[in-house]
Amino acid sequence: MIRVTLKVNKRPVSIEVEPRTLLVELLRDKLQLTGTHVGCDTSHCGACVVHVDGRSVKSCTMLAVEADGATVTTIEGLAQGGKLHPMQDAFHQHHALQCGFCTPGMIMSAVELVETRPTADEHETREWLEGNFCRCTGYHNIVKAILSCRDAMKEKSA
Amino acid sequence: MSTTQTPGQSTPSIGASIPRREDRRFITGAGRYTDDIVLPNQAYAYILRSPHAHALIRSISTDAALAAPGVVAVFTGHDVAADKVGGIPCGWLVKSKDGSNMVEPPHPMLVADRVRHVGDQVAVIIADSKAEARAAAQLVEVDYDVLPAVATLGDAITDGAATVWDQAKGNVCFDWDLGDKAAVKAAMKSAYKVIEIEVRNNRVIPNAIEPRAAIGHYDVSGDNYTLYTTSQNPHLIRLLLGAFVLGIPEHRLRVVAPDVGGGFGSKIYHYAEEAIVVWASKKIGRPVKWTAERSESFMSDAHGRDTVMKAHLAVDKEGKFLGLCVHNVANMGAYLSTFAPAIPTYLSATLMAGCYSTPAIYVEVKAVFTNTVPVDAYRGAGRPESAYLLERLVDKAARELGMDRLEIRRKNFIRKDQFPYKTPVALEYDTGDYESTLEMALQKVDYQGFSARREASKKRGKLRGIGFSTYVEACGIAPSALVGQLGARAGLYEAATVRVHPTGSVSVFTGTHSHGQGHETTFAQLVADQLGVPYDKVEIVHGDTDKIPFGMGTYGSRSLSVGGSAIVKAVDKIVAKGKKIAAHLLEASEADIEWKQGEFLVVGTNRKKSIGEIAFAAYVPHNYPIETVEPGLEESAFYDPKNFTYPAGCHVCEVEIDPDTGVVQVVEMVAADDVGVIINPMIVDGQMHGGLVQGIGQALYEEAQYDESGQLLTGSFLNYGMPRASDFPFFKVGNHVTACTHNPIGAKGVGEVGAIGCPPAVVNAVLDALAPLGVTDISMPVTPEKVWRAIESAKATH
Repeated sequence: MIRVTLKVNKRPVSIEVEPRTLLVELLRDKLQLTGTHVGCDTSHCGACVVHVDGRSVKSCTMLAVEADGATVTTIEGLAQGGKLHPMQDAFHQHHALQCGFCTPGMIMSAVELVETRPTADEHETREWLEGNFCRCTGYHNIVKAILSCRDAMKEKSA
Repeated sequence: MSTTQTPGQSTPSIGASIPRREDRRFITGAGRYTDDIVLPNQAYAYILRSPHAHALIRSISTDAALAAPGVVAVFTGHDVAADKVGGIPCGWLVKSKDGSNMVEPPHPMLVADRVRHVGDQVAVIIADSKAEARAAAQLVEVDYDVLPAVATLGDAITDGAATVWDQAKGNVCFDWDLGDKAAVKAAMKSAYKVIEIEVRNNRVIPNAIEPRAAIGHYDVSGDNYTLYTTSQNPHLIRLLLGAFVLGIPEHRLRVVAPDVGGGFGSKIYHYAEEAIVVWASKKIGRPVKWTAERSESFMSDAHGRDTVMKAHLAVDKEGKFLGLCVHNVANMGAYLSTFAPAIPTYLSATLMAGCYSTPAIYVEVKAVFTNTVPVDAYRGAGRPESAYLLERLVDKAARELGMDRLEIRRKNFIRKDQFPYKTPVALEYDTGDYESTLEMALQKVDYQGFSARREASKKRGKLRGIGFSTYVEACGIAPSALVGQLGARAGLYEAATVRVHPTGSVSVFTGTHSHGQGHETTFAQLVADQLGVPYDKVEIVHGDTDKIPFGMGTYGSRSLSVGGSAIVKAVDKIVAKGKKIAAHLLEASEADIEWKQGEFLVVGTNRKKSIGEIAFAAYVPHNYPIETVEPGLEESAFYDPKNFTYPAGCHVCEVEIDPDTGVVQVVEMVAADDVGVIINPMIVDGQMHGGLVQGIGQALYEEAQYDESGQLLTGSFLNYGMPRASDFPFFKVGNHVTACTHNPIGAKGVGEVGAIGCPPAVVNAVLDALAPLGVTDISMPVTPEKVWRAIESAKATH
């Protein structure tokens, strides 16, 4: 067992894990943060995307020990003080989710997109979602929600 | 949206695009899916699966696995047989032409003697952790004697093919027919021309993003069982698991389907893993959890489609259809999944009229076994196969007759004034307006501007094509007596309970299950409207057999038209009881009480009581007609539909093809549909978007492929073509409503139409783009390789 010390959703965590434990297993099984989902075993679907030090990462492709010292944000830590993140709100307003299973990963990916590429257009947005599968929405309303959130955040910063 | 809704216009709740109330938990990570549930002391199951498509099991040794760290138990098919556990049942009996029953092979939850597809369950390893169970599975030694396999449909019906089941001669499960063979023969004889086509409907893998999972919990203190499972229909699972597999009476078995991450049909069926975890839980005295890895989903979730159809269409000189003959070979896989036999027969052959007034139709269906994963309903279930055949065939007829593709459709449409219309293949369409949806689609796609767009593409070196599909489907399944005659082993009604609480809030218990469809919002809108109470005061409860009176679940686009109608019936009973209470309180005769928007009024006066006041009186019956009316305000209802419902519409696809690479890009996708009365347009549009992507996915990207030994070549997201965001443009969807005439809501259903109408539009667009090169046929999925080869071979011959 190896001790890892990290911050998850602003909370300090220090915990012993097996060397083979994946970050997603640490989050789901040890910390009961079940908002992060597992939808595949080949790192394609993106249901497990979280932020590690501000970057979106598929938490099924990262060992828990690799996150030692990192700051991790999951879908549970995205809303601040009970107020939804604008991306969460945009997904709700635009009906960008149906079964909800891909949604946490989709939102975490989308947040990084609008934060790092605030001018991303429809094409770039669709390309960005290459690693996030959704089987329900046809991506239509997901792209709409992301573009709308991008515009709202632009307005806010203007 | 251009809707022409009639009922329920008076309140904002029906017809309003209210953002969904269920979203909150999903966007904050608070959803509760089966794998999120942790029961105290739960153990973890890993299913050891067959690596061979067809093999005898000579022996299984579990000693080493049992000795591995953390392992609690290992069970094989021999343990299942020793416990006299029943097999997984099939829910539909189809009879062959000669009156004999279909071949119905046993389907044990763990196989003891002979595996029949890659992924077949051979043993279950239960350990303290998932990792330990998985590691120990490597230590189970299975000695297989590999047999020749039947890998594809074509292989199954080849002379000298291997045999999947000894009792199924020539691998035939049943050989069934429908329609008037003689009339069709006569039509062929008198025809000006007979158009022939053969189309393959590619096998697809559902791939709901949430993999299947199940937790079985035997509670010794009450001698009862709980199953948490990723199901679209918990009551159906309780019935099949309880009555047929484990022999547990309903009152001792609770089935909970919590949040479920998409289904598309694949989570209708009763799967072996559900039975295994419940059975094993009693054996080891601990809850047992199993969660599929994605690679297991690929080889154990029921697949969809997989048919080959040959058809002949007799036409006269003017292009009128005279008769249609269809021969369909359908793959059942290695075992009969819950609804499998009904898909190519009662859900496909019955749709061979499409939206056309073809007077004579005859359909034969030969269902065959192969050494592949069982095939069952997948979004559309049988209707996409029919729509694909018909719409490809109609385009081909136009081409061969030198007619316009739209003209031939219009000429053969069942006209608006012909409804109700009885088809030659057993259905009666209640309403429809096929001209209007076609017109709407043409406007949305700007058909007039197409030739200019084609020219513009040409200048960029691209081939542009436009394709049409005018489809009808049958959903809202189904009248119980009718399906009973056709072989269904269950009724297909729906149940609901409406409980008005003492202070006026309302709980609605529905037997349908929401796994993305948004019932918690839509049904609340419906009840708020019907009962005249604020939307926020209505909650929808589903997914737990301990809470819900009964139900048949969600599939076949039935939730609103059947489940919603059960809710309306229960509301009607609430209103009827409320009238009696109001008459007493208002000192009027019951006949003089009028119900209007949440209020009971004495006709012609301003004296009235609100539904809230009536509810309070019903629970605090101090001043109450106690001699004749029971206290309380709660009613249940079962609704059995009188007919199927018949959504229809027109889908138009525009593609651009790069002739150098063969890559097909969908540049425009338009859907104009008549799905009946709409409660929440935003949710309806969302259903359309999702269905369209599954339709385009089937047309362009998705295919389950087996090699000749029966190995699944497309067994992961690495090699199965899942549609991605970058594959699509924004879609244009719209509705033209004709209300269903036989349910109280007027709803028809929207869940599947996208996947039904769309694939032929896409393929017809590809063929339109390639027509100038002389290409006349191509098969789904239309991959770049197929397009490139079609272009090259056309070049060589023209």
